Amino acid sequence: MSVEETAVGPERSSEAVAAGTVDPPWALLAEVTHACPLHCPYCSNPVELVRRSTELDTATWVRLMEEAGDLGIVHAHISGGEPLLRPDLTEIVAAAERAGIYTQLVTSGVGLDAARLGELTDAGLHSVQLSVQDATAAASDRIAGRRSFADKERAAAVVRAAGLPLGLNVVLHRHNLAGLDAIIRLGAEWGAERIELANTQFYGWALRNRTALLPGRELLTAAEETVRRWRERSSIELIWVVPDYYEGIAKPCMGGWGNRSITIAPDGRVLPCPVAYALPDLSPPNARDHSLAWIWEHSPAFNAYRGTAWMREPCRTCPQREVDFGGCRCQAFALTGDAARTDPACHLSPDHRLIQALTEAPATADFVYRRPGA
Amino acid sequence: MTAEWRPALASSIRLRHDRVRDKDLLVMPERVVVLNPEAGRILRLCDGSRTTTQIVDELAEDFPDASVADDVGEFLDRVRGEGWVR
Repeated sequence: MSVEETAVGPERSSEAVAAGTVDPPWALLAEVTHACPLHCPYCSNPVELVRRSTELDTATWVRLMEEAGDLGIVHAHISGGEPLLRPDLTEIVAAAERAGIYTQLVTSGVGLDAARLGELTDAGLHSVQLSVQDATAAASDRIAGRRSFADKERAAAVVRAAGLPLGLNVVLHRHNLAGLDAIIRLGAEWGAERIELANTQFYGWALRNRTALLPGRELLTAAEETVRRWRERSSIELIWVVPDYYEGIAKPCMGGWGNRSITIAPDGRVLPCPVAYALPDLSPPNARDHSLAWIWEHSPAFNAYRGTAWMREPCRTCPQREVDFGGCRCQAFALTGDAARTDPACHLSPDHRLIQALTEAPATADFVYRRPGA
Repeated sequence: MTAEWRPALASSIRLRHDRVRDKDLLVMPERVVVLNPEAGRILRLCDGSRTTTQIVDELAEDFPDASVADDVGEFLDRVRGEGWVR
């Protein structure tokens, strides 16, 4: 006998797409609400948020979790906004558990006390990812735009007390990168097994604040050194989300369009990626009207940039085309107005100068908090 | 691997059969590991009650000609190194 395990990461071949066969998705990002108690300037949710009155009801989320399990979804990241603002969150988690789906709550921590967490773990919740804005209460609250650090500290404690794996998610930018060492130390003190260090992605509201948030190369170089030192001496898993504006390399957005992941918006729109709201010609299908299986396999939105056949030069003949998938469609659209162009983050893009110009410009602006009417 | 060790999956990890892909999976917060059938069989026996000796004995009935003890030992040491079993 031989024993071998393989990590997930099967790449879809362009032949499979051409033959009309689509492998099942692995992950669901369930954005159950866009409402959020925080006002983070780096929010990547769309400028136009989904109103609470148009959110999917409980029965629809329950049906969608059943469909997701049947489709082959293994992970559900239950996110928002702040998912704890949904009073029926426990029922949604329970439906995922019945469908065999591993659930992770992605939360600001506001509203996560021992009683609420107990209801969720009883319903089958498996893990929690907690956002933190900076290493101290004053700095974290300043970025979040409200007092919330104490809530986060309590949330981390109740998650660890319940024996659930805790991850932290820290969005990085000019205003907190200098404190990265203290941020990682905070994660260690709070018992995090994993810290996602996510350099800001400029979509949605964050695009408004790009000038104020772009960090500059010096801060990034120092931060990379900090991460390297922690990796040498700590068992915490550190995920460094590459600052693609500075690296000259396009990120393999979502592991390929329609390749691994489905996002369901609070109003039932189904998207290949959580920032694809911004693409004006996408016409995302709605889960109120179609099955998830049809949307995944047959909808025009999920097939628009699937595989490699849609690519133009320089992607079409690039040896990296099945590694980075041409980068991010939404970033190509945001910067060039054409979602089918090569992501300007790539140094091979004819539009790469757009990104270079942005990173060379000195930052002067203050950021604008995410608030209605701001 | 010691004979008295009673391996068990780490508490945050789920071992499940994926009926869509017909594969055994190890699922953890941000990662899925696709197991081959032999790895799935071994890990299903890692319930914290069986010793490694008992696990090897159970598997040896199905794999009489193979070097089960060596293979299982090497595999369990590797997955313990990953933190998936304790």
